Amino acid sequence: MPSTSYAPRSPMAPPRSFLWSRRIFLTLLTGFVLVPVYVMVSSSLKPLADVSGKFRWLPSGLTIRPYIDIWSTVPLAKYFVNSLIVAGSATVCSVGIAVFAAYAVSRYDFRGKRVFTVTVLSTQMFPGILFLLPLFLLYVNIGNATGLALFGSRGGLILTYLTFSLPFSIWMLIGYFDSVPRDLDEAALVDGCGPLGALIRIVVPAAIPGIVAVAVYAFMTAWGEVLFASVMTNDTTRTLAVGLQGYSTLNDVYWNQIMAASLVVSVPVVAGFLLLQRYLVTGLTAGAVK
Amino acid sequence: MTTTTASAGTGERTVPESSPGAARGPRRTGRTRRIGLPYLLLLPALVLELLVHLVPMAIGIVMSFKELTQFYIRDWSTAPWSGFGNYRISVDFNAPVGDALLHSFLVTVGFTLLSVGLCWLIGTVAAIHMQDTFRGRGLLRALFLVPYALPVYAAVITWVFMFQHDNGLVNHVLHDQLHLTDEPSFWLIGNNSFVALLVVSVWKGWPFAFLIVMAALQNIPRELYEAAALDGAGLWQQLRRITLPSLRSVNQVLVLVLFLWTFNDFNTPYVLFGRAAPEAADLISVHIYQASFVTWNFGAGSAMSVLLLLFLLVVTGVYLLGTSRGRKTADA
Repeated sequence: MPSTSYAPRSPMAPPRSFLWSRRIFLTLLTGFVLVPVYVMVSSSLKPLADVSGKFRWLPSGLTIRPYIDIWSTVPLAKYFVNSLIVAGSATVCSVGIAVFAAYAVSRYDFRGKRVFTVTVLSTQMFPGILFLLPLFLLYVNIGNATGLALFGSRGGLILTYLTFSLPFSIWMLIGYFDSVPRDLDEAALVDGCGPLGALIRIVVPAAIPGIVAVAVYAFMTAWGEVLFASVMTNDTTRTLAVGLQGYSTLNDVYWNQIMAASLVVSVPVVAGFLLLQRYLVTGLTAGAVK
Repeated sequence: MTTTTASAGTGERTVPESSPGAARGPRRTGRTRRIGLPYLLLLPALVLELLVHLVPMAIGIVMSFKELTQFYIRDWSTAPWSGFGNYRISVDFNAPVGDALLHSFLVTVGFTLLSVGLCWLIGTVAAIHMQDTFRGRGLLRALFLVPYALPVYAAVITWVFMFQHDNGLVNHVLHDQLHLTDEPSFWLIGNNSFVALLVVSVWKGWPFAFLIVMAALQNIPRELYEAAALDGAGLWQQLRRITLPSLRSVNQVLVLVLFLWTFNDFNTPYVLFGRAAPEAADLISVHIYQASFVTWNFGAGSAMSVLLLLFLLVVTGVYLLGTSRGRKTADA
């Protein structure tokens, strides 16, 4: 505000140079962030000719045709359902398992506690490629030995994805559970709840924001994974991560449809993330500060 | 902050006569049950982590000592042992396989350093600029998080479109509108692919740094700045004396996490370039994937993975030792 800058400033008011640097930097950054988003949205509404020829900032005409065609060019609905089943199941299982594990670490002292937390967290850091090959072989061999179809099935993918989000989920939930006063669950124990009763009736309801954050994180992780999806799925179990590449055929690349499909598959996660980002930030930093 | 104090509290609360697994509760349930309960609660997580991460990792290490080609995939245990053969091939930098691996490794190191540095820098500068409230701050923050929230493949595929030679936005702007290049460039093959990969990686990665630094900045007491301003400290001095030192512990974790994620990133190059990454942007994950699944030589692929793991372990160890010591001397 240039008008106020001549008046004597409170010690906290930033100097004008800072305001200008803020304006310029944040404007540039907004451009950098938004250009791909604009390309995605605008191209998804363009006729095919617009995206096949020279790039144009403004569409020659708006059409919702791509949004209709995406469902028939590739079996997008099937991929969508597969992704929903896989990511949804992985999320539910991961959150459930993480709640129990985090409760144990937060409320009990036991031998091996540190080893457990360090080991589980460190698995997060290892390259996926390292256990992709052995896991692939493990699933194939378990399948051959027991008839349990893990390789190529949704079950195998769910199992894999839920362990991806598990370490971070446990870590974040420990922070949340630690912030729930112990007196609350101790009171529940006095009232005759078992430890599990105290967890489910007292601790979980008090940590709902954390659990929501963990669920969003787990869902995003499973929804966006490409490496394992590309190896461990077949035609019937293919997820969006792999299926989206089906819009480029030998003759033509339907860029308008690819952009429309990208937008459709992004909306659920982006909306969920933006709505719940506050909780996620708290959870992430509770861990990072530790 | 809360977590440290709370876990310290756990120690105090332990009832002395039953030290391991003392669930404090006046109700006396069986002693074994009280001790067993935490393990029971951990069991599902433990079993799954074992099944999907640790056992395969162990298998991977065994595999790296075997001559595991396509003939033995069905029953990998029958593959003949090859000792350090796979490792010898991987690190023989005069032979094509080792040479390609070394090249890929160096590309990955360069790429990771640049990407992490830029992500951290942009994220931190943005967070500092948004430390004070102003109109539109909430909206801007939500906007900045969009690249992080988008599924990787959806975001990267959009960049693939923008980098197209004939109908992409990048060439349209650089060549047709700004006339910076004589010819439209190829971005997804050849040397430019490194730049393309870096741009996409930074675009996707900086919001995470922003998110973390932003949250850490909120924990700095405002009184510190007020006191400094009253003492006549300018903006730069406040930044150097208050803001950056307060971020030290968060940065330690943030940079490490960014480093490991970027170094191991498979999704971005795989969606950007497809199965065959151009040489200039041949990141190690994709390289090993190629080496394993195209030639079906899982033994060599595993040996490369183990080498990668060892490298990351050493770097992480040295980094943690170095930064922790730095922290102690700075605090003293």
